[in-house]
Amino acid sequence: MEDMIFYDRLQFAFTITFHYIFPQLTMGLSLIIVFLKGLYLRKKVEKYNDAAKFLMKIFAINFTMGVITGIPMEFQFGTNWAKFSELTGGIIGQTLAMEGMFSFFLESSFLALFIFGEKLMGQKLHFLTGFLVFLGSWASGWFILATNAWMQHPVGYEVLENGKYVLENFSALFTNPWLLPAFLHNQLASVVTSSFVVASIGAFYILRQKNIEYGKLFLKTGVIFGLISSLLVAFPTGDWNAKNVAKYQPASFAAMEGIFETEEAGAEIVLIGQPNMVEKKLDNKIAVPNILSFLTYQEWDKQIVGMDHFEEDELPDNIPALYYSYHIMVGLGTIFIGVMSLAGFFLWRKKLYNIKPLLWTIMFLVPFPYIANITGWYVAELGRQPYLVYGLLKTADGVSPTVSSGNTLFTLLGFVALYMLLGLLFLVLVGKAIHQGPKHQTH
Amino acid sequence: MEIFWFLIIAVVLAMFFVLDGYDFGTGIIHLFFAKSEKDKEVIAKAAGLFWDSNEVWLVAAGGMLFMAFPTFYASVFSGFYLSLILVLWLIIFRAIGLEFRSQFNYQMWKDIWDKSFGVSSLLLALFFGIALGNVVRGVNLGGVEQGISTYEAHFFFLPLWNSSFSPLTNHPGVIDWFTIIIGLISVVTLAIHGANWVIMKTNSSINEKLKKVIFKLNCVLLALTIVSVICWQIVNPDALNNFAEKWYLLLFPLLYIVGLTGLFFIHKFKKDRYGFVCSTLLIVGGISSSLASLFPVLLPSVNDINEPLSIYNTAASDYGLSVALGWGIIGFILLFVYMIVQKRIMGGKIDHMDYGH
Repeated sequence: MEDMIFYDRLQFAFTITFHYIFPQLTMGLSLIIVFLKGLYLRKKVEKYNDAAKFLMKIFAINFTMGVITGIPMEFQFGTNWAKFSELTGGIIGQTLAMEGMFSFFLESSFLALFIFGEKLMGQKLHFLTGFLVFLGSWASGWFILATNAWMQHPVGYEVLENGKYVLENFSALFTNPWLLPAFLHNQLASVVTSSFVVASIGAFYILRQKNIEYGKLFLKTGVIFGLISSLLVAFPTGDWNAKNVAKYQPASFAAMEGIFETEEAGAEIVLIGQPNMVEKKLDNKIAVPNILSFLTYQEWDKQIVGMDHFEEDELPDNIPALYYSYHIMVGLGTIFIGVMSLAGFFLWRKKLYNIKPLLWTIMFLVPFPYIANITGWYVAELGRQPYLVYGLLKTADGVSPTVSSGNTLFTLLGFVALYMLLGLLFLVLVGKAIHQGPKHQTH
Repeated sequence: MEIFWFLIIAVVLAMFFVLDGYDFGTGIIHLFFAKSEKDKEVIAKAAGLFWDSNEVWLVAAGGMLFMAFPTFYASVFSGFYLSLILVLWLIIFRAIGLEFRSQFNYQMWKDIWDKSFGVSSLLLALFFGIALGNVVRGVNLGGVEQGISTYEAHFFFLPLWNSSFSPLTNHPGVIDWFTIIIGLISVVTLAIHGANWVIMKTNSSINEKLKKVIFKLNCVLLALTIVSVICWQIVNPDALNNFAEKWYLLLFPLLYIVGLTGLFFIHKFKKDRYGFVCSTLLIVGGISSSLASLFPVLLPSVNDINEPLSIYNTAASDYGLSVALGWGIIGFILLFVYMIVQKRIMGGKIDHMDYGH
């Protein structure tokens, strides 16, 4: 059985990882675009409008990629996880269908208008279409997180005799205590990504001595949005999520924090160390005593259960991957706060545009928020293992009963090849758009 | 409640085939008839401006099917595994073709993506028809071997083809001579539809020629339709029972016949819109007739051991379906508002519209 689901899991992990490169940018970027377009409406300075329209070009490329790589995600529920779809479709089908109904139609209709319609409809309506694109993309995040929240912490369901889960309380899907913290954390993290992208385009223009006016605008906007979002991503939303994991999935919490043994007198926080799964301990550990208990419960000596407390088949099946994902996410988040604070300080002292080492750093940091976002999702998904629906349905029981792993390997290889091509084309197109830069257009 | 959701999904699916159908058809027209660079560009634009908002209908239909008939969704998506993934890849290729052709001004670059757009449109049209053929023909539910099911009764797995390419065996494949005929009907229908779209939305130089093409294709379609109805009788002798019992269902084949007849007068139409209306009738009539002939069955079984999948044995709970009806109505009202707004701002010929890139 284990072997049979390996390629299904790998295919889903690969396709969702690749897919999530794009929405995490579009969700955050739409906010920044709306901000710049609004600034233009207030101040009537052409520069802001050009900047908004330039970012919309980047947005459009990412949006297309998001659509192209998103359709396979919806299909895979049925193709590879048919048993899961059959048993839980009555519940997660609701949130997924709502995503199509309330966000995709909104987003795709008004994106076309935003891109082609500026001359046809006037500035205020143009701002409105931009705002609706933003609304659509965040609604999409909301419904996906609602779906995922149900899988992490199932609520409002009833189990029938034939093993199917049916909806018992619709509103419970949206008042799920898992949902709001996860949604806010995820959305803010996507603002971090887009802030870094905008700031690094700005830094690039300044360093290259090209489009310098726009470069300064992008850098300033990116740093302000980046500073606020990277702080909020850690506190309160990150903290809030960690407390939820400790409360609802204590086994995952122990694994992601790397606590092998229960410590009666308060748990230490692990900064560095490699999980040694044979001896069940961390190698080369650096840890600070009692901090984890304090962060989680605000009590220095409160006990936190370790992995020794749980049966083997209740623990996540890939503890090192979960542990590393979590520590990479937290570590990178801390670096982002540091860099953005420094940049924010120099922006305030009006020196930022001249400090080259900092500009170079910002420019080259751009892949890392992507890594932090994706490892963040790995924490959620690996932490949920060995379940598909936490506590109810094991991953191994959700796979399609009729699809052989040979077929899945074939399609996985196809996706890898196709996505390589897509990724290459994407980089070429974005590179070209950045190279051309925002052009001043006469009206 | 099941019937209601069946109707909603049928309408959404028909919307998808009417809307995305024209840009598949545009791709086929592009592949065979667009010769000058200017026409190529305009025709690609006639699809390129709209494909992503059209494809959203597919995603919506998929989502609703998942919500309302989860067992059907699970069974069909895993049963047609390989064909569906191939469809996904083609959708991706088509989209890249449309989006990337105008990014660089090299002839070779454009040619590559034009072919990618055209060929994958053609194959997708073929696959959609084949899919419809499979649904009408039925599958070996439960994977029955010598009278014994090898899976749960509502699951199945279809190979792409079996060695006989015949729909009449106990283990039919996705591709056989019957589904290929339906596939060809789909290709011809969507090509006509796409040609009508190009005529309606552009001032390209081949519009007059396309009308002749439509006329010829329509003759082919008439022949194929007659052949397919005969074959349908052979493959599934009960196919017309529903129509005999419920005479009002005959409205659907009638739509198809009206569209088919109308298109013979393509040269006489005063407005470009009329041709598009006729080919829309073809698509709506074709899909609705097929679904009506099966109703309430969604997927017939070719063995006698396992029951066919119907709207009753695959649906979600009544509570779920009624809640969804509540938000569904709100959603559809919003959707029509968007469509009206979009139509008012972006109507008319698209030749001079600026694509922003």
